[in-house]
Amino acid sequence: MNSIEKNLLEEVVGKDPLDADAYNIRQNGKSVDRKINPYVTIVSKEDNSGIDVYVKEDTLFSTINIPVIITESGLTDVVYNDFHIGRNANVIIVAGCAIHNDYHKDAQHDGIHRFYLEEGSKVKYIERHCGEGIGDGKKILNPVTEIHMKQGSYMVMDTTQIKGVDDTIRTTKAILEEDSTLVVTEKILTSQQQEAKTTFEVVLNGRNASTHVTSRSVATDSSYQEFVSNITGNTKCYAHVECDAIIKDHASVKAVPEIYAKDVDANLIHEASIGKIAGEQLMKLMSLGLSEKEAEDAIIQGFLK
Amino acid sequence: MLELIDICFERDDKKILDHVSLKLDLGKFYVITGPNGSGKSTLAKIIMGIEQPDQGKILFQGEDITSRSIDERAKLGIGFAFQQPVQFKGITVYDLLKFATNKEIAKKDACDILSKVGLCALEYVDREVNRSLSGGELKRIEIATIMARNPSLAIFDEPEAGIDLWSFQNLTEVFQEIQKKSQGATLVISHQERILNIADEIILMDQGKIQKIGQKEEMFDQIFSSKKCCKEVIPCE
Repeated sequence: MNSIEKNLLEEVVGKDPLDADAYNIRQNGKSVDRKINPYVTIVSKEDNSGIDVYVKEDTLFSTINIPVIITESGLTDVVYNDFHIGRNANVIIVAGCAIHNDYHKDAQHDGIHRFYLEEGSKVKYIERHCGEGIGDGKKILNPVTEIHMKQGSYMVMDTTQIKGVDDTIRTTKAILEEDSTLVVTEKILTSQQQEAKTTFEVVLNGRNASTHVTSRSVATDSSYQEFVSNITGNTKCYAHVECDAIIKDHASVKAVPEIYAKDVDANLIHEASIGKIAGEQLMKLMSLGLSEKEAEDAIIQGFLK
Repeated sequence: MLELIDICFERDDKKILDHVSLKLDLGKFYVITGPNGSGKSTLAKIIMGIEQPDQGKILFQGEDITSRSIDERAKLGIGFAFQQPVQFKGITVYDLLKFATNKEIAKKDACDILSKVGLCALEYVDREVNRSLSGGELKRIEIATIMARNPSLAIFDEPEAGIDLWSFQNLTEVFQEIQKKSQGATLVISHQERILNIADEIILMDQGKIQKIGQKEEMFDQIFSSKKCCKEVIPCE
């Protein structure tokens, strides 16, 4: 790997990407490196369109890195990665895609990740996306996450996309059974002419299932963001969706909340707010000696932390 | 150290500050008191640069700062504790104290400052400065940012509001410590007799004007006898 590729890899999975207990590195549409262990097996799909990751039941703690890097302008990479998490297993999965595009053709990655959590399993899923490069070809990422949660399972999904992605449509769908919990935190920053659309569809089917979705986004320059959430409560359950956006310059942000209770004991809450940086926040930080620009940066950095 | 010369501020045809002139000296503790709407907070905001006067001049340590921005005044040594502490999303107490000191401080130093304002530091240092904190907690954190900043002129806009769980004794000790450490001046807007009690000079405002400046002995009679002027002053229990 050259230094650009190494940097891209680091953007997605952090330093020491090979330190994970298991990993699969995909580069320009092909798997290029893989590590498995007795508890985590990774198998290529027969048509090489992706992988199946199997985590054995009762796996106590394991880290799995599934990064994708693209440096080829003009490439559209579609990948299906399925994660089968055994009963009572507990894993951290880090995935995402970094694109470096120095040319004029678009580079695109559509990652479809499906999670099947068995009873009592726990997953922390960290997804990071970014784009870079001096070419005018777009960097496009369309991640789809489908989550199937069996009784008593627990998943935290933490997604970040804070630079360089021109167009993105992010779709997250989840079906929760009894006593399962899904916590989603999403952070997005768009600039220039970038567009980002995020859709959450969560169906709470099991008694005492719960979800907490937090989206924090910053739209600058002439960028556009759309946040759609659609939560359905079919039984006694709890959902809290919080969408907070800071808008700057000539950007536009649209939030479309939908909560649908089909049971008298479904407790569903949606909060959405869009606004510019509060003047009083700027004034407070300026009164501590930060310039207006420094104060603005600190507020945005904190907001997306 | 600070001189306000003929400051006027008018909004919606109402004279909020009406030709106010005032001089503050180094090493003194000033309390501004007076009824609601008398212009106290506006005067403090004008000193910090949060509001711009329609007329008049502000001199700080001999320099004309009338057109200086908030951050420039902060760098010159003016600090301001807001009456309604500002809330953030994602910015922690530790972050605020780091901004205030303008350096990478150790968590221990941040904790020391928090302890001085009566907060159990370990519980608070990594908390976000957001609505999960009570009004009183936010107020103490606000005061802590001023302690961390150590300005030569420290301004507090009604610091006593909301500090119900914390004694005035502690608050007055904090003021004395700030004063001692900076060797500068402190200006507090307050209705509380306990705070008026520790003032070197009391500034009485009404209807956008400074009615009188004097030491507490000569001011208290006027403050407590004039219901019209100072009905908000809360005597010691």
